[in-house]
Amino acid sequence: MPGTYLPSDYLPILIFLIIATAFGFGALLIGEIFRMRRRYSEKLMPYESGITPLGEPRYRFSIRFYIIAMLFVVFDIEAVFIYPWAIVFDEIGIYAFIEMVIFIVILFIGYIYAWKKEAFRWD
Amino acid sequence: MTIDTLINIGINIGITIINIAIVFAVAMLHVAYATYFERKVIGHMQVRLGPMRVGPHGLLQPFADGLKLFFKEDIIPEDADKPVFYIAPIIFLVAALVSLAVIPYYQGFVIADINIGILFIFAMSSLGAYGIVISGWSSNSKYAFLGGLRSAAQVISYEIAMGLSLVGVMIMAGSLNLTEIVNAQHESPYGMFAIPQIIGFVVFVIAAVAETNRTPFDLPEAESELVAGYFVEYSGFRFALFFLGEYIGMFIMSSLAAVCFLGGWTIPKFVTNVLPFLTYVPGIIWFLIKVYAFIFFFYWIRATVPRYRYDQLMAIGWKILIPVALVNILVTGLVKILL
Repeated sequence: MPGTYLPSDYLPILIFLIIATAFGFGALLIGEIFRMRRRYSEKLMPYESGITPLGEPRYRFSIRFYIIAMLFVVFDIEAVFIYPWAIVFDEIGIYAFIEMVIFIVILFIGYIYAWKKEAFRWD
Repeated sequence: MTIDTLINIGINIGITIINIAIVFAVAMLHVAYATYFERKVIGHMQVRLGPMRVGPHGLLQPFADGLKLFFKEDIIPEDADKPVFYIAPIIFLVAALVSLAVIPYYQGFVIADINIGILFIFAMSSLGAYGIVISGWSSNSKYAFLGGLRSAAQVISYEIAMGLSLVGVMIMAGSLNLTEIVNAQHESPYGMFAIPQIIGFVVFVIAAVAETNRTPFDLPEAESELVAGYFVEYSGFRFALFFLGEYIGMFIMSSLAAVCFLGGWTIPKFVTNVLPFLTYVPGIIWFLIKVYAFIFFFYWIRATVPRYRYDQLMAIGWKILIPVALVNILVTGLVKILL
């Protein structure tokens, strides 16, 4: 019946999630009672091999991280398309295979383009 | 709803909670002794003894370490982004722990038998990357920031290779449900998918090592350059939560390898035909043997292989593993059609 579906298979995961979160917070909060607290400014400084930190830590970083992130989105979505295809592969047979060859070839063209544009080079 | 159905639901939830408690307790005990096992294995590989002081052969060392971390001062750097800093290790740990719910430990024992088990584990390992990134960003320390960035780029790069390496298994099993994948392996003439899917298996293992940030791919925490990487500012029990998350992540990856490629709790039929007495060994024993063999493999390469450079790491992920995994998918599909 539409609208009445209860994802009851996922209920144990929700319970697990609650228990795991409670464990994380609980361990930190209970420990808070026993822990010593002796704070002074040197201890609260960010670690930088024993010297006073120089400059801002959140400085500009390489553009390559952005490129990797964008490529990840492309490839991950492609993987999301491949999964259902793989599951029903037996039922559709040869037709599914040809479709996927075309799909992967198109993807490969983009992949080679990214390679030639040196998106995977780090130096 | 009648009283009876309510009682039924209550009983079911009660059983689920008991199961979760068992898995949770075993997972914690596993982490404690996985650290001991690691130190012993690496110690002996380097011709020393490893921990020996606490208890006979150092057997109580994990508890001593746990207690020490529990009572250590919880230092939060002044410039840290406090709420985000607080929550990051919990996100990391919870994402790792929740994946335990979908792993079939033996016939019929799985906390949540959902039909998208593999996808769920991938989703959770992606969520774990958030814990890493925001811990690196919120610490306001250069080492943590660089470690977080590197780790994020590494985890997402290898996740693609890992996801694609499992597609061969999905084609052969016709399901994303981990229990059905194990059953499909037991039915197939090979007994385990590692034999026909050997390429996928190798890609998976390499990607799994990178995904869990282990040597030789432990660039995010490269001690010699980044001190400890993204958790450099964490101390006491917050550090312990990262540690727990990492070891549970290793357990998840090992179980995923055991379930998807090595036949989970089953043993191949051609083995039991020759040695019929092996069928009396309970499934959980086989599962644990396979998982611990993998964990031993993790330690073994840590003791053997030096760390990669970052450009090499990215080159392996993008230029070798992804094309190999894609070709593997096409070959698997072709063979499946021809046979």
